[in-house]
Amino acid sequence: MKLDYKNLLPQIITLLAVVLVFGFFSYNAQVNMENRGITFGYGFLSQESSFDVQFSLIEFDGSHSYFRAYLVGLLNTILVSVIGIILATIIGVVVGIARLSKNYLIEKTAAVYVEFFRNIPLLLQIFFWYFAALRALPLPQDAEPMLGVFFLTIKGFFVPAFIWNNLDIFIYSVIAAIISIIFVKIYARKKQENEGKQTPVLFISIGLLLILPLLSFLIGGSSFSIDIPVIKQLSKSGFTYEGGIGLPPELIALALALSLYTATFIAECVRAGVQGVGKGQKEAAASIGLTPNQVLKLVIMPQALRIIIPPTTNQYLNLTKNSSLAAAIAYPDLVLIFAGTALMQTGRAIEIVSITMLTYLTLSISISILMNWYNKKIAIKEK
Amino acid sequence: MFKYLKQLTSLVAMVAVLFTFTTETMAAKKSKTLKNTQKKGFVRCGVSQGLPGFSNADAAGNWTGVDVDVCRAVAAAVLGDANKVKFTPLSAKERFTALTSNEIDILSRNTTWTLSRDADIGLTFVGVNFYDGQGFMVRKNSGYSSVNDFKNGISACTNLGTTTELNMRDFFNSKGISYEPVTFEKADEVVAAYDAGRCDTYTTDKSGLAAQRIKLSSPDDHVVLPETISKEPLGPVVRQGDSVWEDIVRWSLNVMIEAEEYGVNSANADSMKTSDNPAVKRLVGAEGELGAALGLDNDWSLRIIKQVGNYGESYKRNIADTGILPDRGPNELWTKGGILYVPPAR
Repeated sequence: MKLDYKNLLPQIITLLAVVLVFGFFSYNAQVNMENRGITFGYGFLSQESSFDVQFSLIEFDGSHSYFRAYLVGLLNTILVSVIGIILATIIGVVVGIARLSKNYLIEKTAAVYVEFFRNIPLLLQIFFWYFAALRALPLPQDAEPMLGVFFLTIKGFFVPAFIWNNLDIFIYSVIAAIISIIFVKIYARKKQENEGKQTPVLFISIGLLLILPLLSFLIGGSSFSIDIPVIKQLSKSGFTYEGGIGLPPELIALALALSLYTATFIAECVRAGVQGVGKGQKEAAASIGLTPNQVLKLVIMPQALRIIIPPTTNQYLNLTKNSSLAAAIAYPDLVLIFAGTALMQTGRAIEIVSITMLTYLTLSISISILMNWYNKKIAIKEK
Repeated sequence: MFKYLKQLTSLVAMVAVLFTFTTETMAAKKSKTLKNTQKKGFVRCGVSQGLPGFSNADAAGNWTGVDVDVCRAVAAAVLGDANKVKFTPLSAKERFTALTSNEIDILSRNTTWTLSRDADIGLTFVGVNFYDGQGFMVRKNSGYSSVNDFKNGISACTNLGTTTELNMRDFFNSKGISYEPVTFEKADEVVAAYDAGRCDTYTTDKSGLAAQRIKLSSPDDHVVLPETISKEPLGPVVRQGDSVWEDIVRWSLNVMIEAEEYGVNSANADSMKTSDNPAVKRLVGAEGELGAALGLDNDWSLRIIKQVGNYGESYKRNIADTGILPDRGPNELWTKGGILYVPPAR
């Protein structure tokens, strides 16, 4: 390849400018920090954090390090993002399809929902779900149990916990079921290609997923008991629940707000995707004798997904980044624990903000890569 | 080549501008803060987002409180007018960054003086304008009469990024009680969550509890428990590295306290010029050259006393008369059984 100097020069100049600007900023920061006696370094990460966290997926208390506090925050951010993404996708798909419904009421309800939720700032919605909806929830002692074991109270949603014996055997059985399903699928495809016969893969899969774990209980020796939350008196007027799993109201409010907000955008992506598939495709598919289900599964969806996936990726990224609004309602996410409490206690602003930025960047890029991979997989393979 | 000449020139210009900035940053002069403040014509002061008695804005945007008075005193000393202050409301999380990044010159925001804050993050505490301690507020109908009644599983609301968070852990750990910390960035949200019943107790500095209690839907249903679980000396903070500015802020506060000790107040300050007591005469600038040592004129302390008042007046106006903490407790002069004791202004 011949080097094109005419095109190279502006690029070199740009690169130089970028390096200079960054160099200037770091030099300036260094000089100013030195002037004010601020030291720089990541050594604080191994220091004892000496604060507690309300809700964490891994064991944490003040005797653990700041690095572990970072992990707690990161996991909580991932947790609320994953819950949010799953809920937003489900709601988004349902509402998106509802918007295409021929039923006037369904279509209009979906449209009103979309217009309402996507046009109110997310932070206000979070405040609404947390402060307005929270106040309406009963105190622990007044809570009516749902199905006898679920308690939705102002202090959180208390659900029964499973206490497992020989959990590993159960997990192995699930893994075995998944592997055999993959084999069944491969076999079914070969059979269809060779003999043109279809195999009821779905039923076999469900069967496998039920039978193998069941066997682990019957012969494998795994079992579980259920730990139901029990009300506990703290004071004359104060109660809480003990046992089971307590999901903090902050998590519920945040997940709800994030998914209801993001679902509106996903719904529009879905609607656009389905409408983007030519009418002729559906008619052609019907004319070669495919059932309506097959038309949707084999003709419409594969083509619609190509349109739906790229903008939906953006929404997933937005949701993950928006989860940082958690700090407003005390959900202990990365921003609250690490860029909040840890930053305040150590005063290491530059270090902590840089780590936090890099973390969000990594999270976003990971989601992007995953979605791009999926997008490539479903893209039209031109031969 | 000429096609890119324009881009090149603009780049060179940009680099040149950057270097000018850098050289200016490096040539830090003695009390740049004082010089800048006089040039701007106002004192840049960081305060809370609304804590009655300490720093609170009314509907017209006028700030009042004992923390506010420290900044007003500095403005009176440096600029001759106590009203020449620009207040910046800051959350607990933002406050130190705002100071170190040069957005404000004094942080007077009910901030606890601790070793790590003083030594580690480029700040200098100049004194204490309120001796506080952390306490707990609970609902009256809970029947709690002491922190010893707390049981495992109690949930506690508080502010994020404060010493409160650390004290709370120390306290519950030493008692062997498991608890659920619920931490918010803004005080208003803590109040709202506690009010809604999210938490069994609200913990922060006792003065803060007394002030925030007024904001609850029915303040009389809540009570602050008698125990104090920590020392919280609250005081103004400046950036490290400008010792002249540091001295100005420190002595502006000290003069207010010393004025109360010698019975000098906003009403009688002028007449005190003819006092027989040399200490009083020094305070009102009738004797000695104290202002010159700080790079100010000799009437600086007189202006503070006349425009802002002495510490006792400030306390009465902001904290006692508003019903927050009528009893001065430790914040009484050492001569009257409190612990307010400042080095002599001489």
